[in-house]
Amino acid sequence: MALRLASLALFLATWYVGSLIAGERMLPGPDTVLAAVVAEARSGELFLHLGATLARVALAFLLAMTAGAAIGYLMGRVRVADRLGDPWLIVLLNLPALVIIVLAYIWGGLTEIAAILAVAINKLPNAVVTIREGARALDPGLDDMARVFAMPRWKALRHVVIPQLAPYVAAAARSGLSLVWKIVLVVELLGRPNGVGFEIGVAFQLFDVTRILAYALAFIAVILAIEIFLVQPFERRASRWRLRPA
Amino acid sequence: MNDAHPAGAFAPLDVRVARKAFHAASGERLEVLDDIAFTLRQGEVGAIVGPSGCGKTTMLRIIAGLDRDYDGAIARPPDGKLGMVFQEPRLLPWRTVDDNVRLVAPAIAPDELAALFEVLGLAGHRAHYPGELSLGLARRVALARAFAVKPELLLLDEPFVSLDQALAARLRDELVTLVDRYAVITLLVTHDIEEAAALADRLILLSARPARMLADLPIATPRRSRTAAEVAAVKAQVTDRLVALGQPAVMA
Repeated sequence: MALRLASLALFLATWYVGSLIAGERMLPGPDTVLAAVVAEARSGELFLHLGATLARVALAFLLAMTAGAAIGYLMGRVRVADRLGDPWLIVLLNLPALVIIVLAYIWGGLTEIAAILAVAINKLPNAVVTIREGARALDPGLDDMARVFAMPRWKALRHVVIPQLAPYVAAAARSGLSLVWKIVLVVELLGRPNGVGFEIGVAFQLFDVTRILAYALAFIAVILAIEIFLVQPFERRASRWRLRPA
Repeated sequence: MNDAHPAGAFAPLDVRVARKAFHAASGERLEVLDDIAFTLRQGEVGAIVGPSGCGKTTMLRIIAGLDRDYDGAIARPPDGKLGMVFQEPRLLPWRTVDDNVRLVAPAIAPDELAALFEVLGLAGHRAHYPGELSLGLARRVALARAFAVKPELLLLDEPFVSLDQALAARLRDELVTLVDRYAVITLLVTHDIEEAAALADRLILLSARPARMLADLPIATPRRSRTAAEVAAVKAQVTDRLVALGQPAVMA
């Protein structure tokens, strides 16, 4: 804990010195940015935009993870599905995010649905690949056990399959959350009238570095809170059966 | 054969496997089982004895319904519940001992479950996770799980292998207690002739791969009253028989 605080202090000090060298216009100091965050929060603007972005992140993330888990599981378990799905997966993995976003806006209009779908499609192939790896690593011995003891399907899924997939789901979720929020900003910049990405777009036109940093840091704080209060407790719960070094 | 339980309460296990082959990665056909047939009645313990790698586990997987790619027919007690102890314990590492057993036997009464854990010396381990258990304890949990479903057919795949002698002997006693109490059809796979001679009512001797039936030997004395001398006599008889058939007498 002390080490982490020292690391944070070092980061702030570097930032402060950097702002002295580069000047307030190019790199405003931590105090200036914090004041901007407080001002935006007071006016209510900050929460409006954070909320809009967070809602898009949550929807796109849920959509991509649900579809990705289902497709990945199927591809990991069924050979034909893997053969059929693999070329699509490679295309999607290598399609630039920008192309998907622009096409989604052209085909779907500048709508909320097009925006969220574009983000979800960007995240989908990563989720599929990770979960497929997990499904391939499932222990056939435990499958046999579930069959011999005639476990009902949902029960086997819940108690035999999902616990084996949990580390893969956690890995996909963690990399997914960071990827999704980065792409959401691009989507907002290109075609939404609110959200952190929209605000950063406006700040870019005005060359307002303070505002860019204020919004970016505020959102990073939100993601950090999600990691600490949601992802980590989930992981602890999912791995409580593992032996811990005494 | 166990006279305490009336025959015909449920149907016997009738095994007829004409042949079973695998396709090796190199493309060649690997004959594993060749014309194996035997019948076990309720309360009877059969032991399949054969050298390592002869196809005993394949035989059990076919009987368990895990492998349907064979020529022949298996008649199991209709709607009969199946209990199985695999060569490895195959417990769910993320569930406690208690949950591992209850997941496959949700209907078991709490006092019955407690009695089962008591017999197997697991009463103090119910809240532990499998990773916290020794192999011997984990094997006992696998036994508890197989008995908890109140099976009509119990399949055991070398359940005592790689345990020390004293512990294996204790677990064998526990198995006998449970088999006699629940009157199941039991099929035990082993390469240990002595273990088979101590536990079984019927020995099914298999040859090296492709496994053929060498003999189907009933043992007359009930296992409860079998003395060490009788077990040794059965073992000697089996060994002589194997030698006469030109099979390796030491199976390991």
